[in-house]
Amino acid sequence: MTIDWKSYDPAGFYDELIAAPGQAREAALTLTNYLRSLSDEELHERKAAAEHAIVEMGITFTVYTEGGNIDRAWPFDIIPRIIPRSEWARVEAGLAQRLTALNLFINDLYNEQRIVKDKVFPKSVLAKSKNFREQCIGIQPTHGVWAHICGSDLVRDADGTFYVLEDNLRVPSGVSYMLENRQVTKRVFPELFENYSIRPVDEYPSLLFDMLAALSPRPMDYPQVVVLTPGIYNSAYFEHAYLAQRMGAELVEGADLVVSDDDCVYMRTVAGLERVDVIYRRIDDLFLDPEAFNPDSMLGVKGLMRAWRKGNVALVNAPGAGVADDKVVYAFVPKMIRYYLDQDPIIPNVPTHLCMNPKEREYVLANLEHLVVKPANESGGYGMIVGPHATRKQRQEFAELIRKDPRNYIAQPTLKLSTSPTLCDGHLEPRHLDLRPFILQGVRTDVTAGGLTRVALRKGSLVVNSSQGGGSKDTWIVDTE
Amino acid sequence: MLSRVAERLYWMARYIERAENAARMVTAFNHLALDMPRSVRLSWRGMVSITGNESIYEKNYRKYDERNVVKFLLADGDNPGSILNALRAARENVRTTRDLVPSEVWETVNELYHYADSAVDTGLSKRGRYQYLVKVISHCQQLTGMLAGTMSHDAAYDFIRAGRNLERADMTTRLLDVGAMGLLSNDPQDEAAMAQFESLLWVNILKSLSAFQMYRQHVRRRVNGEDVLKFIFQDREFPRAVAHALGEVEISLTNLPRNEIALRLAIQVRRHVMEANVDKLLEADELHRFIDQLQQEMNELHDMIADTWFSLDRAV
Repeated sequence: MTIDWKSYDPAGFYDELIAAPGQAREAALTLTNYLRSLSDEELHERKAAAEHAIVEMGITFTVYTEGGNIDRAWPFDIIPRIIPRSEWARVEAGLAQRLTALNLFINDLYNEQRIVKDKVFPKSVLAKSKNFREQCIGIQPTHGVWAHICGSDLVRDADGTFYVLEDNLRVPSGVSYMLENRQVTKRVFPELFENYSIRPVDEYPSLLFDMLAALSPRPMDYPQVVVLTPGIYNSAYFEHAYLAQRMGAELVEGADLVVSDDDCVYMRTVAGLERVDVIYRRIDDLFLDPEAFNPDSMLGVKGLMRAWRKGNVALVNAPGAGVADDKVVYAFVPKMIRYYLDQDPIIPNVPTHLCMNPKEREYVLANLEHLVVKPANESGGYGMIVGPHATRKQRQEFAELIRKDPRNYIAQPTLKLSTSPTLCDGHLEPRHLDLRPFILQGVRTDVTAGGLTRVALRKGSLVVNSSQGGGSKDTWIVDTE
Repeated sequence: MLSRVAERLYWMARYIERAENAARMVTAFNHLALDMPRSVRLSWRGMVSITGNESIYEKNYRKYDERNVVKFLLADGDNPGSILNALRAARENVRTTRDLVPSEVWETVNELYHYADSAVDTGLSKRGRYQYLVKVISHCQQLTGMLAGTMSHDAAYDFIRAGRNLERADMTTRLLDVGAMGLLSNDPQDEAAMAQFESLLWVNILKSLSAFQMYRQHVRRRVNGEDVLKFIFQDREFPRAVAHALGEVEISLTNLPRNEIALRLAIQVRRHVMEANVDKLLEADELHRFIDQLQQEMNELHDMIADTWFSLDRAV
């Protein structure tokens, strides 16, 4: 039996493809009709083809377990998610606006601290920030940009409005999967690409390279750009290698680099030492340089911060950029946009309660069963609690954590996350998802066409992280005119 | 290019070559086993000695028989030279240099490893073995061809070529060593039994090196020990001949920076092969002694390559 869209019911959630049972959204119509024309066997064949392509292309992610690290095939759902181009234009503008404000904010914090003096951003929050790096005070990076690469997580609520859930400004990952998802979809549904005009995503590595190359401290035609990885045991190693390959940049580990007496960075090559101009580092601040931060770090390069402070090498993202990657700071982004840009935020924040404010804390503690509570500085969906899905005991334990360290917790209402048709056991069922677009900022700002859609494969689940049973989908920005 | 990356590419090539050679060797012995009369027993131990891993073998198995030896050479997790381990190591080296090798090389090595791993039971069965080994060989050749045809022939490729050819020369000498052990036996009783199969065994050595056809074209005489040794050691044109493979190593090193010492050593080893007096080698212990020395020289060459280009401290 083929797909019956009348029996597909988004049940009160905003669905990306289906407005109501039997009624596809305009941009999705060609896709839904096409899917209906496939027999169950054909649909199954496409799914198998995708799985085969993923194994053959070696698209993997690493899961840490007690028994060692396991390389798993990337979980992928073949049904794409579609967003009309007209709607995307607004999101793009909103993301560019947001990152511009965030960079002004970071630069301000490490220099004049105007926003603190003007009492728009509380000094107490800054004082307790885990990711504020004193080593960065007084630095003015090229173009005043600290976070050159940002991955912001977007979600939609029941009425279809996009919200920013968080901004990842340290070492955001996932962009390689966005690119590979498109490759797989092209193999699986080539005929659909003829009937749609889908914005390509392939230019990302070139844009990334151009942005990086422009930061070179030596004015020259061929700056030496490298990707610094913690190594093959890192969960994002696949992506580090992927991006280095696509950019034609060297993929280096800490042991490949050395800072010489002239405070310049060199890499150890078969021909001897060779100067490095730009480092796209995928290592956390604290492991970058044992001389400046964690002295036990085996991953970093001794003297790297010295070289950076002297302007002999560009580090991307700049050390200290993570100060804005904090869920408490996040709550202030709309205010930053007004303060620095004198504009209204184009994409709203999810309403956020700061537990550090006594009144809001009381509200959060009294309403735990309705709220999602997150620690300020974790990622990957760890250390959070989804109130409605938690037991009474779990909520009590969390209340205790909040009372102990209120600055470290924020709470948000449980959003009615949007859904999209997802192939589950041979049937299409609605599953919740989010979206992570990537924003590049240098002299200019570029936003990916779409981004990485992550989908919770378990029924009713809101957790989209691949480490916790999430999958992903190709994301299409399509022309509807 | 980075020293660390150069090292991984070099080893990738060695492991691909090792897997291919192991598969060739098992294929050739397999054919031979079918040809031998019942009275003459094939020494399965010989195949294990070729790889130099007898001690590991003897830890895991009590006797040398077809089933155990084939399992050891194809799939044993403890044998660093088993086809599966070599392919796993090759894949790991490609995975960690993915930024440098053409992406289809990664896809192919990945597919090959998955095939070798998932179809290993086919390879162990008598009936499926030939098909399994042929597939491994042809995929390894596909990889070699892909690297030659899609990668710039720059320093990265020079390390790949050096690794491949050093491994090849090494394996060729090992095959000769063991093949010759049976052929040049001192035991008179053994000798009588073997005499009539001598030609068959030399043919087998040629076949295990895929050299039989080319040998036939270049040496138009009945297959005999002297000609085979000359061809395998000293032929300049046959790709699996020791002299040719060492020549390739030499050419690869020529293009690399800071190559003086390593290159001089490579030239020396090749000259040594070319100047060998093959007539004399046909005496039983001589061949073994010569091969031992040659292998030692090739090990020194490897150490010199590692020391010159792979050692991180050297670059500073």
